Amino acid sequence: MKILNITVLLAFLLIVGSSSAQQTPAPAQSQAISIVGGTAHIGNGQVVENSLIIIENGHITSVGSATQGQPQGTVIQAQGQHVYPGFIAPNSTLGLVEIDAIRASDDEDELGDFLPHVRSLIAYNAESKVVESMRPNGVLVGQITPRGGRISGTSSIVQFDAWNWEDAVLYEDDGIHLNWPSSVRRGRWWMGEDPGIQPNKAYQEEIAEIETFFANARAYVAGPRNQAHLPFAAMEKIFNQQAKLFIHADGEREIIDLLNFVDAQELENVVLVGGASAYKVAPQLVQRNIPVLVGRVHNRPAQADDDYDQAYKLAHLLQQAGVLVGLESSGSMERMNTRNLPFYAGTVVAHGADKEEALKMITSNTAKILGIDDRLGTLEAGKEATLFISQGDALDMRTNKVARAFIQGRDISLQTHQTELARRYSEKFGHQQE
Amino acid sequence: MCALLVGVFGLQAQEYFPSNTGVQAAKNTNYTVFRNGTIHLSPTQTIENGMLSIQDGKVVAVGKNVSVPQNSVVIDLEGKEIYPSFIDVFTHFGVSKEEPQRGRRSNPQYEASRKGYYWNDHIRPETRVQDHFQFSQSDAENLRKQGFGVVSTHTPDGIIRGTGMLVSLSSDDELGTRILSDRTAQYLSFEKSSKSQQMYPTSLMGAMALIRQVHHDADWYAKGGATNKDLALEAFNRNRDLLQIFKAGNLLNGLRADKLGDEFGVQYAIVGDGFEYEKLDQVKNTGATYIVPVNFPKAIDMEDPLLASYVSLQELKQWNQAPSNLRMLSEAEVPFVLTSFESGNEFRNNLIQAVAFGLEKEKALEALTTAPARLLGQEQNLGSLQEGAWANFFITSGDYFDKETVIYENWVQGERNVIEDMSIIPIGGKYQLEVAGTSYEMEITGPPSKPSASINSGDQKIGSKVSYQDNWLTLLLSSADTTDQRFTRLVARITPGFSKINGKAVLEDGSETTFTAVKTEDLASDNKNKNDHETWEVVPVSYPNLAYGFEELPEQETILFKNATVWTNEDQGILENTDVLVRNGKIAEVGQDLSSRRARVIDATGKHLTPGIIDEHSHIAASAINESGHNSSAEVQMEDVVDPDDIGIYRNLAGGVTTMQLLHGSANPIGGQSAILKMKWGGSAEDLILDDSPKFIKFALGENVKQSNWDSFSRFPQTRMGVEQVFIDYFTRAKEYQARKNSGQPYRRDIEMETLVEILNGERHISAHSYVQTEINMLMHVADQMGFDINTFTHILEGYKLADKMQERGIGGSTFSDWWSYKYEVLDAIPQNASIMHNEGVTVAINSDDAEMSRRLNQEAAKSIKYGNVSEEDALKFITLNPAKLLRIDDRVGSIREGKDADLVLWTDHPLSIYAKAEKTMIEGVVYFDLERDAQLRQDLAEQKNFITTQLLQAKNRGVKTVPGKAQEKEEMHCDTEVLF
Repeated sequence: MKILNITVLLAFLLIVGSSSAQQTPAPAQSQAISIVGGTAHIGNGQVVENSLIIIENGHITSVGSATQGQPQGTVIQAQGQHVYPGFIAPNSTLGLVEIDAIRASDDEDELGDFLPHVRSLIAYNAESKVVESMRPNGVLVGQITPRGGRISGTSSIVQFDAWNWEDAVLYEDDGIHLNWPSSVRRGRWWMGEDPGIQPNKAYQEEIAEIETFFANARAYVAGPRNQAHLPFAAMEKIFNQQAKLFIHADGEREIIDLLNFVDAQELENVVLVGGASAYKVAPQLVQRNIPVLVGRVHNRPAQADDDYDQAYKLAHLLQQAGVLVGLESSGSMERMNTRNLPFYAGTVVAHGADKEEALKMITSNTAKILGIDDRLGTLEAGKEATLFISQGDALDMRTNKVARAFIQGRDISLQTHQTELARRYSEKFGHQQE
Repeated sequence: MCALLVGVFGLQAQEYFPSNTGVQAAKNTNYTVFRNGTIHLSPTQTIENGMLSIQDGKVVAVGKNVSVPQNSVVIDLEGKEIYPSFIDVFTHFGVSKEEPQRGRRSNPQYEASRKGYYWNDHIRPETRVQDHFQFSQSDAENLRKQGFGVVSTHTPDGIIRGTGMLVSLSSDDELGTRILSDRTAQYLSFEKSSKSQQMYPTSLMGAMALIRQVHHDADWYAKGGATNKDLALEAFNRNRDLLQIFKAGNLLNGLRADKLGDEFGVQYAIVGDGFEYEKLDQVKNTGATYIVPVNFPKAIDMEDPLLASYVSLQELKQWNQAPSNLRMLSEAEVPFVLTSFESGNEFRNNLIQAVAFGLEKEKALEALTTAPARLLGQEQNLGSLQEGAWANFFITSGDYFDKETVIYENWVQGERNVIEDMSIIPIGGKYQLEVAGTSYEMEITGPPSKPSASINSGDQKIGSKVSYQDNWLTLLLSSADTTDQRFTRLVARITPGFSKINGKAVLEDGSETTFTAVKTEDLASDNKNKNDHETWEVVPVSYPNLAYGFEELPEQETILFKNATVWTNEDQGILENTDVLVRNGKIAEVGQDLSSRRARVIDATGKHLTPGIIDEHSHIAASAINESGHNSSAEVQMEDVVDPDDIGIYRNLAGGVTTMQLLHGSANPIGGQSAILKMKWGGSAEDLILDDSPKFIKFALGENVKQSNWDSFSRFPQTRMGVEQVFIDYFTRAKEYQARKNSGQPYRRDIEMETLVEILNGERHISAHSYVQTEINMLMHVADQMGFDINTFTHILEGYKLADKMQERGIGGSTFSDWWSYKYEVLDAIPQNASIMHNEGVTVAINSDDAEMSRRLNQEAAKSIKYGNVSEEDALKFITLNPAKLLRIDDRVGSIREGKDADLVLWTDHPLSIYAKAEKTMIEGVVYFDLERDAQLRQDLAEQKNFITTQLLQAKNRGVKTVPGKAQEKEEMHCDTEVLF
């Protein structure tokens, strides 16, 4: 009777678990783990065949050849498999929106134009079903970023296995996001205008608004602050270099203008996001050490005459020109699409880049760009043990099969809302879903 | 100068009209005889020193020498020319065009607002332009200035717009004499009426279906089928014998209109857009007379390279090529007439430019006179100067196509309209000017009524200002001392045949004296060339005429792929080191060590050859996607709106796609009829449409048809419960319709019902957009109940929950690989969907519904390996053989088997790998995409853009006015894209 009850209870929990709650976050690492025999893609361009990776207390303590070191603690055999640092998704809205079409589930875009004080972290839903679906593809960390307005707000960096945002956070308030105005705009066809692209007459005025905002914020920060001004105060992190400024822009004129702005404002720690035309001004970016988070690789060419592979090859063009490049995935249906981040890197390989170079664009480069390279982005001793084992090449969907994944040494679940549904219905039909 | 209106020679008031403004015995029956002019009787017949006699508005006699009755007023036209006045068959002269109301209304109107007329407000054949007509003196004057004498005008409102009338541009205010015909033509368009907000049709294909249904309804009405009165259908039947003029709006729409007309035995005259040269063969094949505007794209400002980077090759080419349109139409012997529509006051200027680009003058004149007269059935009365014709002609100083030529007078119905004073004595030339003992050299140039002067005293240029009116010349001379702000004024009356001008001079100090100007030289005759229109080198047309178009279409080849890894999708599976021979568009042989002397050999060592990718669900290559005006639009056809010029086609070829189903959107439970296309880039819409294509239709369920995700609350259905009832309702009625039709009783032919009957009869197959299990189950039950089959559930994101039921019924599933969570109904969508359905025996395809993803369908299929552990061979079948089966074309495409269409892709790498690129994409033995050629095309594109950009910069340097580029960009279309029009 008691056994039966437990069975019923377990079945009940399973059903509930599969239909609403997120996978339970893994407990802290309790003993050493050794991953033996895998091909280690360090994330800095190097590859160690037949490797030995030792993880202790949530950190990587040793990476070397399996022929030279001794495994410790729990041994995971990874012969013929590949080990990668956890992939990092910058400029993401994961956890801010659950279902695009449902307004009630949408917390990505606050009212107003200059909102540096608005913070994504406190709205980040660590239990999002979409967030957990990142993990079976190796995407383990994200920069959660507000959208909309001129300054959309302040982002934070989180890891994807947590009970709540407080547990999830890796780097609170890492950056402020400025959406640079566009020098052209599309005709408003519904108002009878030609639908083509035309100059945006308000462009200079919009830039002036940014300059005014920065000037006022600086003046406020330098002053006695007798009366609080939340937006101005939030800018202090930019001025004292505690946070990075992410400027989102695509056009050539826009990028040149924003570089002038960066010079005039004497801003350090600036990142260009999007950068569709950045390859045209690459030397100027290199000269200023401004990295680029390249917009979604799986994108149509922006203009009719563009090369069909323009978006596919952009990251490689920039990398060749000496720019530090990471890949981001904003755009239509961006949250669920972010699990394709590894395949964006794979596409960059197909269109020119070396595989390990492309891997850097979703690991070490991104970590550098986000300012977390002391903790994440490579398989190196001293880094946090946020990594995964794939049965094959993780940049190719044909072979990306994540067998195990660790976040800060915690052996995380690779089950999701989706795998649970797949399992239930496969079983219903008498098939076994792996 | 304003035109003077001199009505004394014109027509008199109608004789039976009482008059209280003077005596009534005052009818002018005098003759007016013009002599000594060059008379253009017709485009090809000219008389030098001819005579033309007119009386009472008509031509009485014309020839080398005609009798001059005693009661004749004689006008001497020495050195001048007479042309028959022009005819414009497409205007809305005298009718104000209402601006359509824009934007989506919160409560859309679905029913017609009129009673006693057709069920659709946009069908207005009963409209008579004379009921809305208000003669516009200013518009008439502008048209006369260009040379027009008669126009056919219509009410530019609605899809079927009713009848036009032929009206002369006589300034005489007696309306009755101006109307030459009150029923010239019936006018049509694809544009909705601005007088009604009725939703249907919301799309181009809806407008086309509506016109078809009007034909059927009018036939049925004529046979007495209706019990009600329908004034619109009555008018439509009445108008059938008229000329039918279709304002298509653009080149593709013109071809579409013609196809529509062919279905009902109607040959429309088609109002073009000036870009007919882009598809000259197809234009010619319509057999239609084209009514062509003489309006060219304005020069684009390319000075700022950053802004110019948004300008497309298409836009550049159209500027470069459009002035050659008329020449090319003429050379191809396409019948055409010209219209002032869209060119307005630039008409003559543009026409002269077209002549500079090679249009023959005779052809231009024909297209403005005899050809439109013939089109209107008025060749006895209009278009040439012959006895009995209306006395419609204009008098010029010379060749109409010479920019310097002045149009003096435009006579309409024997009534004189002065544009420039003909009696003005030309004063152009060089003069020796003597004023108060000082000698000057003076040169007068420019048109007689607006001369300009340049005056020198020795080496010094003297500031001057000249004006010349009514043969009085006044000249203002600055002082030779530039610090002196005083002037010398000269005035003189010019007399005919002068050689010396004598006049009065008022000197700087106010004292009066005389001056003389002795003519030393006439106006230089080579002046003409200087003012000729600039021409430029015209770049070749490509197919399509935009980036990556072919200047020469690729041809079918005999090709031998050597040593490839061949994915056959047949029992042999994947064959290593295998050769495939392609001949006559088919796969001729698959085997080892094949050879063929004629074949081009392609070394495929280390490469993979697969069947071309087939996308079951696409919305590229279309001008419209959704007809949302009704909750069923079974009558609309996607084949009507295929856009062969969509750059998406080329980009899809670059991703290995060779065939796709162009589906209607998901705006309504019963959508429209599909088109199955082969991606034959450069071909016509007809070329793209698969020959003998199986028939399909789109159904849709769920949030989109309920209009859940936007503010729309008035259209049935608003719930999934209502969606079921839409199907029950339509199929119930379709059965009743079929029963009546089969009974032999008269019936109203209803395209929508005919389509549903095809479904009931198994002749048309359903691809049903669907997401959640409730609705999927529902539609299967409706199908069981009503007795039809569902061919495919497309999207089918919860197909994995009902795979067994689908399998039992033999229904296929065409799904996304991994999309989910973008709306409520996709919350349970899982990337294992394809594999679970596949494991249950469902025929599974992976589709795109997306112009970007369709370029990477091989990768999307590979996700089934990752998420669902399907075999690589099966994964490839998800995008080749299986969609071929779902589209019922697997006997022709989808595998590599002898006898099948040679639709093949050669990949650089394993075809399911992200590292693979399509190196060659072939359809029926024609290589439509080739990586190497792509590289060449990129280079050609850059060179051609630079070439035309240079021409534009030169134009701007010459002072040509420029406009910013437009950078037209096609909107990306999905299931729920609406292109409202």
